[in-house]
Amino acid sequence: MVNAAQTPLIRVRGLLNRFGSLTVHEHLDLDLFPGEILGVVGGSGTGKSVLLRSIVGLHRFNGGTVEVFGERLDRLSPARRSEIERRSGVLFQRGALFTSLTVQENVALPLIEHIGLRRPDAEYLARLKLALTGLPAEAALKFPAELSGGMVKRAALARALALDPEILFLDEPTAGLDPIGAAAFDRLILTLKDALGLSVFLVTHDLDTLYSACDRVAVLARRQVLVADRLEVVEATDDAWIREYFHGPRGRSAHKAAQLSQEF
Amino acid sequence: MSFSMSESDISSHPGRLEQGRDRLQVTGDWILAHHGALKKQVAAWKQRQEAGPEVDLSGLAAVDTAGAALLVELIGAERLKRIGDLAPELPGAKQALLQTVAEAMASPLTPTQARVSPLIRFLAQTGKHVEDLWQQQRMLLSFIGLTLATLAATLPRPRRWRITSMVAHIQQTGLDAILIVSLLTFLIGAVVAFLGATVLVDFGATIYTVHLIAYAFLREFGVMLAAVLLAGRTASAFAAQIGSMKSNEEIDAIRTLGLSPVELLVLPRVLAMMVSLPILSFIGTMTGILGGAVVCALMLDISSTQFLAVFQRDITLRHFFIGLAKAPVFAFVIAVIGCLEGFKVTGSAQSLGEHTTSSVVQSIFMVILLDAIAAMFCMEMRW
Repeated sequence: MVNAAQTPLIRVRGLLNRFGSLTVHEHLDLDLFPGEILGVVGGSGTGKSVLLRSIVGLHRFNGGTVEVFGERLDRLSPARRSEIERRSGVLFQRGALFTSLTVQENVALPLIEHIGLRRPDAEYLARLKLALTGLPAEAALKFPAELSGGMVKRAALARALALDPEILFLDEPTAGLDPIGAAAFDRLILTLKDALGLSVFLVTHDLDTLYSACDRVAVLARRQVLVADRLEVVEATDDAWIREYFHGPRGRSAHKAAQLSQEF
Repeated sequence: MSFSMSESDISSHPGRLEQGRDRLQVTGDWILAHHGALKKQVAAWKQRQEAGPEVDLSGLAAVDTAGAALLVELIGAERLKRIGDLAPELPGAKQALLQTVAEAMASPLTPTQARVSPLIRFLAQTGKHVEDLWQQQRMLLSFIGLTLATLAATLPRPRRWRITSMVAHIQQTGLDAILIVSLLTFLIGAVVAFLGATVLVDFGATIYTVHLIAYAFLREFGVMLAAVLLAGRTASAFAAQIGSMKSNEEIDAIRTLGLSPVELLVLPRVLAMMVSLPILSFIGTMTGILGGAVVCALMLDISSTQFLAVFQRDITLRHFFIGLAKAPVFAFVIAVIGCLEGFKVTGSAQSLGEHTTSSVVQSIFMVILLDAIAAMFCMEMRW
């Protein structure tokens, strides 16, 4: 699926991020290729979320280049930048649904603002997106505060998909979900990725997600991407943190679970 | 692989429906950018034909979820689910998209919603508001009771006094407000002096401007202005602080740790206010009178010596105490309302805004109401 000849959708080169005297990223390189799910892992404080925020333009990095669709977001005019940003969707860790809007209004908002659809059309499409993410029809009229954690994630995913983006950014999509809900969410992402032709940039702590959903895995450590490759290659990398992470008790059980599910 | 807007931006051919020889031809780009036009075509076609038409999807160039939804409406979810039989020539990715959307649309998308007549809704709203008002007053009374009970339980145990927190709140509510309170009362003092002079000059009684300023600021304005300012400045701050703690589940955390949120959060704020407001009222009274004295000296030819002499001769200390006695009461009410509104926040940004606003409106209302009652009482008592 992934070959080096393809031009990457996202190309990060020599990224530098500093917070005061603390350097989070230095000489960090990373690519996201079309049609793949890239899982980004790393210990707490290795700047996974900062990397995501640097790519989507929420964080102003200190150096290096970030190209999305071959363009540098930080060099673009606001109008052109907005056009590029519409081609990617972001699912935030805690959903970040607008609490004063109903779920369907949340999803319809970008359709009304960017495409200029009439409200009924936008809400109809919003309900379609909600159905795609597996939410029941009744959830559309509820407010975010009335939803469970898993439903909030699904609704937030529906909003991220509102404009049919090409790249989907997911920040810890399964954090805070029970194992059944998390597994269902992994399957949902795979299904939607295949159906909608998405490329997914996925920041996660969840080993099960890595094994069941990701095409490639990038490991952040020591301010850089240590390795970004298929899971077998990453597992075999000789590094203390990677060994601990993938061959610790949780890593082993996630591996086993993934093998079992492949046999069936 | 990717087949959404971007690639078709350069040369996008809006999707079309055309009657071919035996089948309906679907061609062009069925994407969000052309949604309006496509929707009209589909609607027009559906009006003419009842059953789902035989379609030829081979000319379909680009399609996204919005376009797929229209195709599902045109062809029918059940038939599109079997996309493999219907249009085997389509690339796998498009088939997968159409099938996924068809499956999502197999069950009705629009939730059933009960329709209520406007009259009944109006009556229900009115009833709800009245009920809310009643509940709000009840809640305020019980919260006051709770605060007093906690205060009574905490007072005999100096170890549980939150001195640090209280001092911090005294700084925020008192010290930081001194400048704005003194400036405001100074200006109002000047205005009252002008007002008095304008009326009194016709009677040749300009000197009574001194009495007007003295009575106004000692009895009413000093404490009122300080209280209204703190109601706007501090009640809102309390509501927002406690409200955001509530939405962050910090209040719940305090409870589960076996601590009392009233003791930890409310008492220091209430006590700090009860220290700050009397001091601010005193400062406000002084600067107000100063403002009046400056106007008297500069515009009305009442020198400061004369001003002080009249003040000393005619104004009794009683007025000062009547004014200042109200300060702790106002302080208590403002702080309690601010905290209570904070506790009422339910987690959404909107709710936080509503309750912050409500805390200011309610506390200003209560300050003015209590002040009016006090004024009537003092008049009847001939104080």
